[in-house]
Amino acid sequence: MQNNTDYKKVQKISAQNNRIITGVTYFFLTLWGIVVLFPFYWMVLTSVKEYATYNSEYIPKFFTLTPTFANYTEAFSAVPLGRYFLNTLIFTVVTTALMLIVVIPAAFAFARLEFKGKNFVFILFLSMMMIPNELVVITNFTTITNLGLRNTFSGLIFPSIMSVFYIYLLKENFEQIPDELYYAAKVDGTKDFKYLMKVMLPISKPTVVTITILKVIECWNSYVWPRLITDNPMYFLVSNGIQEIRENGFGRENIPAMMAAVVVISVPLVVLFLMFRKKIMAGVARGGTKG
Amino acid sequence: MEKNKLTPWLYLLPAIVFLGAFMVYPLIDVFIYSFEEGYNSASQTYFGVGGYNYSYVLHDPYFLQALKNTFILVIITVPVSTALALVISAGLASVKPLRDLYQTVYFLPYVTNTLAVGLVFMILFKKTPYSDGLINLLINMFGGQSVDFIDGPYWAKMFVLCFYTVWVVMPFKILILTSALASVDRNYYNAAKVDGTSKMRIFTKITLPMISPMIFYLVITGFIGAFKAYSDAVALFGTDLNAAQMNTIVGYIYDMLYGDSGGYPSYASAAAIILFAVVLTITCINLIISKNKVHH
Repeated sequence: MQNNTDYKKVQKISAQNNRIITGVTYFFLTLWGIVVLFPFYWMVLTSVKEYATYNSEYIPKFFTLTPTFANYTEAFSAVPLGRYFLNTLIFTVVTTALMLIVVIPAAFAFARLEFKGKNFVFILFLSMMMIPNELVVITNFTTITNLGLRNTFSGLIFPSIMSVFYIYLLKENFEQIPDELYYAAKVDGTKDFKYLMKVMLPISKPTVVTITILKVIECWNSYVWPRLITDNPMYFLVSNGIQEIRENGFGRENIPAMMAAVVVISVPLVVLFLMFRKKIMAGVARGGTKG
Repeated sequence: MEKNKLTPWLYLLPAIVFLGAFMVYPLIDVFIYSFEEGYNSASQTYFGVGGYNYSYVLHDPYFLQALKNTFILVIITVPVSTALALVISAGLASVKPLRDLYQTVYFLPYVTNTLAVGLVFMILFKKTPYSDGLINLLINMFGGQSVDFIDGPYWAKMFVLCFYTVWVVMPFKILILTSALASVDRNYYNAAKVDGTSKMRIFTKITLPMISPMIFYLVITGFIGAFKAYSDAVALFGTDLNAAQMNTIVGYIYDMLYGDSGGYPSYASAAAIILFAVVLTITCINLIISKNKVHH
């Protein structure tokens, strides 16, 4: 009898401890959630505060009862934010499309076609993944400058297309498609290219979507190359635009307008992320790194 | 038949052209640049060949400042972010309700524009004539003195830079570690539970060894990433990082190449190769350590 109550007591204490541990865990998880979300909240909040109100608040208020969208109009009219936005859109769409056009056939050749020196060339390709961008950017800058392509979309886009990693990722995926399908198609007289378009791509659609999204994120946030290659605001992308706004636009003190611009720039990717949350996270876990 | 032999190369052609033009050629060229002394980008001429560019860079106070900043940044952010990510992932793995929501929230910084969100951090930390900024008000609340984190003392600026860097790199680390934790075989835990092993002991004796390859992967990529820090610093302190004493090695390379102090591709190349050598050395050391320590 004595033993039995002891056991119950121990169980009760243990359950209590577990509850405390779970509570503490949630507390710290929520704390980090706040650290992550707070800057986003603050930027949205500041962007809807009036300029005068913002500057008169020595102790900033955590909410506003009179939200205004004037800052957004200001952001689009005082600086060419729409232009930056359009540039980034063009840059992202064209670069990503060209990347697919380059990467898909290469992955197909490595995965499906037989030719002399295939392994050697593939290893050469892979070794390129270890080359940091900083090493090649210097010559690329000189090349593009000498070609007179500064402040053009060609100069922005061409050096940004290649991603060896995506060839690797897609090749791995292509190789999982059974050989029998290929031989059956061959017997039917299907051309390699048609087989790639009609069979392999549809089967590998998830991977293609993943690399597309990862490339879009990369393009949308790219800063270093566009900064080097453009000094004409007509060709600025959003990252350079925001830097320009910070240093010259609005008068340096118009923080609410600046935050409105930041919100506008951030929204597309946040929406994209919320739409393709699972795919993006799986894709990044498979080998994306930031920057 | 002749045509068939060419077909694979046709598929590879675009990739080879782009790789050759924008990676292989520049890679060779950067070494050549780095040894050409007194290169003039306008006339494309140089005086001689030698190690002068390296010696110039290594004696440049701006480079030494950048080197120091980068090392401090690496030494602080890599351990802090990895450890914090480990704690958060372990916490996430131990709860069930709302886990998806937390994971989604934690991943948000990954998809944001570093330059844009950096501005938010700037206004949170900056002291202006109108307001001391939110962080300073917090400090005041706890009885501390206001500090200008953006234009103020060196340690304060370094703190913001480290804080922002950790904030930016956490999503990737949490993501990798949560999937690593999820892939640990549950049988190990059950066996340990039967033996009455304490939670702490399970974590250090089972979980940590099982996910150690992933931790090392994160440490290695973390080192590489932190050594290349640049846009975070620009976001916080503006493009003139030398004036702010907050330049990084990558920033130094780009400043040498372009901008107000630019036009010296040879110095930039030498600095880039020094950076590459440093990163390569650290990565090799990491790999050697991981070979001895990591459980496979």
